[in-house]
Amino acid sequence: MELVCPAGNYPSLKAAVDHGADAVYLGFRDETNARHFSGLNFNDRKMEKSMDYARTNQVKVFIAINTYPQPGGWNKWQQAIDQAAAVGADAVIVADMGVMEYAIQHYPDLPIHLSVQGSATNHESLNFYKRHFNIQRAVIPRVLSLNQIRNLAGKSPVDLEVFGFGSLCIMAEGRCHLSSYITGESPNMCGVCSPAKAVTWQREDGALTTRLNHVLIDRYGENENAAYPTLCKGRFLVNGKISHALEEPTSLNTIALVPELHEIGIKAIKIEGRQRSPAYVAQVVNVWRQALDSFAAAPEHYHPHTDWQQALSKVSEGTQTTLGAYSRPWQ
Amino acid sequence: MDKQRQAAHSIKLALGPIQYFWSREMIMDFYRDMSKTPIDIIYLGETVCAKRRQLSFGDWFDLASKLTACGKQVVLSTLTLVEAESELSAMKKICHNGHFLVEANDMAAVEILSREQIPFVAGPFINIYNGHSLELLARQGMVRWVMPVELSKATLTQIMHATSAPVRQQVETEVFSYGRMPLAFSARCFTARAYGLPKDNCQFICARHDEGLLMKSQEDQTVFNINGIQTQSGEIYNLLQQTPAMKKIGVDIMRLSPQARGMEEVIQQFHLARTSMREIAPDPAGCNGYWFQRAGMENCYVKDKRL
Repeated sequence: MELVCPAGNYPSLKAAVDHGADAVYLGFRDETNARHFSGLNFNDRKMEKSMDYARTNQVKVFIAINTYPQPGGWNKWQQAIDQAAAVGADAVIVADMGVMEYAIQHYPDLPIHLSVQGSATNHESLNFYKRHFNIQRAVIPRVLSLNQIRNLAGKSPVDLEVFGFGSLCIMAEGRCHLSSYITGESPNMCGVCSPAKAVTWQREDGALTTRLNHVLIDRYGENENAAYPTLCKGRFLVNGKISHALEEPTSLNTIALVPELHEIGIKAIKIEGRQRSPAYVAQVVNVWRQALDSFAAAPEHYHPHTDWQQALSKVSEGTQTTLGAYSRPWQ
Repeated sequence: MDKQRQAAHSIKLALGPIQYFWSREMIMDFYRDMSKTPIDIIYLGETVCAKRRQLSFGDWFDLASKLTACGKQVVLSTLTLVEAESELSAMKKICHNGHFLVEANDMAAVEILSREQIPFVAGPFINIYNGHSLELLARQGMVRWVMPVELSKATLTQIMHATSAPVRQQVETEVFSYGRMPLAFSARCFTARAYGLPKDNCQFICARHDEGLLMKSQEDQTVFNINGIQTQSGEIYNLLQQTPAMKKIGVDIMRLSPQARGMEEVIQQFHLARTSMREIAPDPAGCNGYWFQRAGMENCYVKDKRL
């Protein structure tokens, strides 16, 4: 299985390549990709430099152009595809049908991967994208159970890539407007979720509060670790009780499922976290490289080492990990 | 009469699919009442959770026939998040109903309908954010699209300008104009979670909440509304006052989403708004931010008196 690793900037790209990535994914410095955060992503010069570094080390580069353009900004997405083709990307990761059509018409040799933002959760959806845009691969939303993925892989017309580790979207990606409802900006339109510019951290009556566009997302006591106010991971009032009504701050970790994912026929494992530090990238890629190599060397003896799990926990949200939707009880 | 002139004459009103889990009796009573209202189009079917089966495909089909006899245009809606093989089969049955127009709420339905050259409506979670995607799906047989709820009047106007005349003729534009907006879908059931139940043994607990379960901030501010695997807007989206503006930019249909109570009054208000020339007073309740390119939860009438 191919290990596909996040690169939010050049140092992270270098960390991913140096620690054993088979491929890296990255985006241009604008709203054409789903991690449009300030200080992140690549301008033309950095993109060239990154391509060189990855090429020298025989690592593939996928360019994410995976938000949905609105008419006013269409040219930007078109240029992003032009540029990805010009620098020789190994694939573009796309969500919008219009953008895919542009890519296939102008660069028929440039492979297209359906982004997780394209939200395909069954083989008939994949058939649509295969038929019209000849997609080569699809990244599957983090809502399917292992059994559902198994069925999907059996019928899929294209290779499948699944998320292996990182921040966990609880909603079907590409079909979530929660962020724009509270802040006006969403992953689909702007490439952001719970954007930093809408966040306030404040001390109020001895508690630390986190707000998103003035809406209280969570309140922390003295001994609690405060988390970034991603709106689906806050504590809310439902039926008179305060709880994590949607999801706890936790990370997806499927390192225990490597044999199953391999057996199902999954072609690539994606590590989430273009917004994270080069140290995170180095740590996570290093552990996953060891895991995949250990599995390849002796599949029947594979077991996730305790020190891998500890290393991954340290860089997890809320220092907790979960198998997410892969495991039925979670649902 | 061509579509443009018709739109200027009168905008149509559609009743979206019931999003909540209602009893069979409640569903039947509801549509009996709705059949007597001035609503033009009625969307039928379960779009949220495949486990909700108060009505079978045959029941929906019969209901559709009855409502058609009452002069309503009926559209059968498919499930939004399609994961299991059984869900795909149920969806195919709807696509192949042979009689009624189908609203595709997942790309799987778009694939099946377009492959078999059956005309279809693209529901609000088919991601059409620009004219290129609109044109592409029009070539695949789309005859109507429901704009994604997070888009604004300004973006809609741009999309319509960017669309060619033949496509504008072929494809009707529908805007979600009243009700709790569907905002997200998940593998997890949040109603079951609120009651400490696993999804596999949910006991259909969502039936207790015929208008969903409010999710408030710890300061008692209404944020979202939980409806099984779906998360809705906490506030009711209401674009009643924008009816003339919609007519002006060429919106064909305004969608009103069923609430358990007070739907007839809501329909009457919209019916009055589309037929009368009188100005409608801005409503200080509910939300309308998306339409004005702001956060969806905002009420721009309250925030900005000039609107």
